[in-house]
Amino acid sequence: MSYIPADELRKEAESLINEIDFTSLKPKDRLKIPMQEMPAQEPKARAKNIQEVALGYFEEQVKLEAERCLQCKNAPCIKGCPVAIDIPGFIKAAAEGDYQKSVNIIKQSSMLPAICGRVCPQETQCMAECTVGKSLKDLDKSVAIGRIERFVADWERAKGKMSVPEIAPPTGKKVGIVGSGPAGLTAAADVRKAGHEVVLFEAFHKLGGVMIYGIPEFRLPKEILDKEIDNLLSMGVQIKKNFLVGRTRKVKDLIEKDGFDALFIGTGAGLPNFMNIEGENLVGVSSANEFLTRANLMKAYNPDKADTPIFTGKRTAVIGGGNVAMDAARMALRVGAEEVYVIYRRTEKEMPARREEVAHAKEEGIIFNFLSSPVRIIGDETGKVKAVECLRYELGEPDDSGRRKPVAVKGSEFILEMDSVIMALGNSSNPLISQTAPEIGINRWGNITVDEDGKTSMERVYAGGDIVLGAATVILAMGEGRRAAASINRLLAEE
Amino acid sequence: MSKILDKKLLSRDVVQMKLLAPEIASERQAGQFIIVQVDSDFSERIPLTIADADAEEGSITIIFQIVGKSTLKLAQKNVGDHVENLLGPLGKPTHIEKAGTVVCVGGGIGVAPLHPIAQAMKKAGNRVITIIGARNKDLLILEDEMRAIADELIVCTDDGSYGRKCLVTEPLREICEKGGVDLAVAIGPAIMMKFCAETTRPFGVLTYASLNTIMVDGTGMCGGCRVTVGNETKFVCVDGPEFDAHLVDFDNMMLRLRSYKPQEQDANHECRLQAAIDELQR
Ligand SMILES: Cc1cc2nc3c(=O)[nH]c(=O)nc-3n(C[C@H](O)[C@H](O)[C@H](O)COP(=O)(O)OP(=O)(O)OC[C@H]3O[C@@H](n4cnc5c(N)ncnc54)[C@H](O)[C@@H]3O)c2cc1C
Ligand SMILES: Cc1cc2nc3c(=O)[nH]c(=O)nc-3n(C[C@H](O)[C@H](O)[C@H](O)COP(=O)(O)OP(=O)(O)OC[C@H]3O[C@@H](n4cnc5c(N)ncnc54)[C@H](O)[C@@H]3O)c2cc1C
Ligand code: SF4
Ligand code: FES
Repeated sequence: MSYIPADELRKEAESLINEIDFTSLKPKDRLKIPMQEMPAQEPKARAKNIQEVALGYFEEQVKLEAERCLQCKNAPCIKGCPVAIDIPGFIKAAAEGDYQKSVNIIKQSSMLPAICGRVCPQETQCMAECTVGKSLKDLDKSVAIGRIERFVADWERAKGKMSVPEIAPPTGKKVGIVGSGPAGLTAAADVRKAGHEVVLFEAFHKLGGVMIYGIPEFRLPKEILDKEIDNLLSMGVQIKKNFLVGRTRKVKDLIEKDGFDALFIGTGAGLPNFMNIEGENLVGVSSANEFLTRANLMKAYNPDKADTPIFTGKRTAVIGGGNVAMDAARMALRVGAEEVYVIYRRTEKEMPARREEVAHAKEEGIIFNFLSSPVRIIGDETGKVKAVECLRYELGEPDDSGRRKPVAVKGSEFILEMDSVIMALGNSSNPLISQTAPEIGINRWGNITVDEDGKTSMERVYAGGDIVLGAATVILAMGEGRRAAASINRLLAEE
Repeated sequence: MSKILDKKLLSRDVVQMKLLAPEIASERQAGQFIIVQVDSDFSERIPLTIADADAEEGSITIIFQIVGKSTLKLAQKNVGDHVENLLGPLGKPTHIEKAGTVVCVGGGIGVAPLHPIAQAMKKAGNRVITIIGARNKDLLILEDEMRAIADELIVCTDDGSYGRKCLVTEPLREICEKGGVDLAVAIGPAIMMKFCAETTRPFGVLTYASLNTIMVDGTGMCGGCRVTVGNETKFVCVDGPEFDAHLVDFDNMMLRLRSYKPQEQDANHECRLQAAIDELQR
């Protein structure tokens, strides 16, 4: 992927649209329509601002992209989607220019389309199954399902009136939702739709979970997130921010004393992992969570206004290879680092980050150090980070995860001079709930264990999202929220 | 949203504030803290100990020293104003037991978090000896409140302007030498806690310190508050704030407390801070 300016993309799309006769397209013709690239901000400029990088399709591009869809009878793409959105259905409506219908189709399955259209790993989900990509023998050329989704969701939001789901008459039952990430938000909406009173508890002062504190503004503008959440909550969900379940109130008390008929726990995987290497507690070493929370939630990217400081070294190393690492690296550039290195122990091919984000990071000038991993962090005489000592790795036999295992090369130590290090090694489950509610069973990784209905070992308590799955994705968390909400609705209907 | 019910200046730069927070007031236990954020958009989230609470009135009391931008912003709020965000009670409550004789050592603003602990220790049937210290007489807080609880109270100032002219570690050592001390609790600046730990160590007196690291979320999510305790990394907000002082790596903690010093000084020149504190006195 190399950068193409937005106006060029628009011109290409305009001229193509005039050439094609859309009334008589055969599958063969559809396969010939080129995949529409996403217009984006110019890399040099965007590396120094916080605005959204991807700009969204022009209307001409949506038309072209939607017309690429073959409307497969068996719709393999739907099987790739964790919440089974009627993908050919919404694409068809978009191709016909009926954007309202298109977004309504998505909303039957996904409550947060503008968000999913932006952050879902489509290339490993729906797009991986798409017939177009398979026919062209290049999955990168599958129908750009997420970009079309994003377009119609943005269109509806721009229109100013978003459709609100219908709510059943009051049932007199009360359900508490713990955590306002995608799992909790989805569960809240689904339980509310059934007519139950819903109270949403969130520890932070803003709603959205990782979407507000972790995923940066330049990838998911907070204004969009807020609007999408507001819409969801206009159904009449009560909000209790600054409320840490387990501490402000125990799970047991919510049920026994406060009269909640059921609870859903969607507290996410928010406990940063560290490597336990020498020098990890030096000044200048932070977890990606700390770094991104300061930057996003506390708006430290705006030093003129924000009170929260952020560490802005000149040379920053980011350890890890997932989306979290990409976000931290790109944010580091934006808050002042001059050079940012991503250090990852496998190769680019094994990196769990979304390909699009890696490509964006490269365009912005992030430097990648593959097949290497830090063994210690070296400090100066004042205790600040000075350098990172790494080892080189080779890929050996595949391990349990099916990926080839990195093996250290003896004697290959090398030193990279750095003045800050961000650990982006993933997150484990936050133990607060299980510590304060021993009735709730967990597995050996600390994830809450649930049955096929999403129910925990505690009566009336359900759980889902990252707290159950371990660090996963927005859409999987939403799917979990849905499933648990359906079980809660069933439980309450029977009583 | 939390309404400010009462505000008092305890010394030139120490403010006591009572806030309406019924949920926190009814759940809190000694040793726990809150995270305060004056307004949602650009304010910092800062941890402050719950110095006292009244479950009936639904209020909690905080006592804080103005040291930078955020504590100043909070101090500039008045009775009737609101603080947008209060999260708590956070952290593990102090383990209160009947140990026998407990020495409670508080330095500077550390006397505020020490107060509810001393109170609870007394209530649990302990003999409580309290040592409180400050740089000078004007900076001493909660003397009367501590006197009311303690079986014995020792006051020290660095400059001798009041009480004994010494550091808190001096009477602590004397008491340990006499023997019969079962437990010590030290709260204050990191350097003071470090030396309290060194003082009690040779006597084998179990000593707790309440650590005041930098925090962001206070829920175990960011890792910013991490400290090394007995060669293990711990998160102060969820594993603490109290730890066995003999196991804490205070040097690393002090180092990490200075992490954001350059940025904070930039945001807040000493002189501007002093001028703003002067303004508050009027
Ligand atoms: C930096 C980063 C980038 C990512 N990028 C992507 C991406 O591009 N695409 C993608 O699909 N996924 C991405 N993910 C993963 C995705 O964000 C998560 O899988 C998803 O947010 C999990 O949702 P959740 O609802 O389970 O929990 P979370 O989003 O973690 O939300 C949990 C919420 O619960 C609150 N909470 C926790 N404990 C309590 C309590 N005791 N009481 C009250 N509230 C509590 C937390 O404050 C939080 O708001 C990314 C993750 C990170 C960290
Ligand atoms: C669990 C806990 C309980 C606390 N209880 C109290 C209390 O009851 N009363 C009280 O006055 N303070 C208490 N503190 C300290 C208080 O949080 C800090 O003084 C405050 O965050 C400083 O914010 P600021 O923006 O005004 O100053 P900043 O501009 O952030 O900092 C000014 C100076 O203070 C130092 N500093 C920054 N954060 C802290 C910190 N967390 N602790 C110590 N020094 C810091 C900085 O290095 C800097 O030199 C507590 C801290 C913790 C972790
Ligand atoms: S698999 Fe691809 S081409 Fe087929 S319906 Fe789905 S999106 Fe369209
Ligand atoms: S303050 Fe973030 S983990 Fe403790």
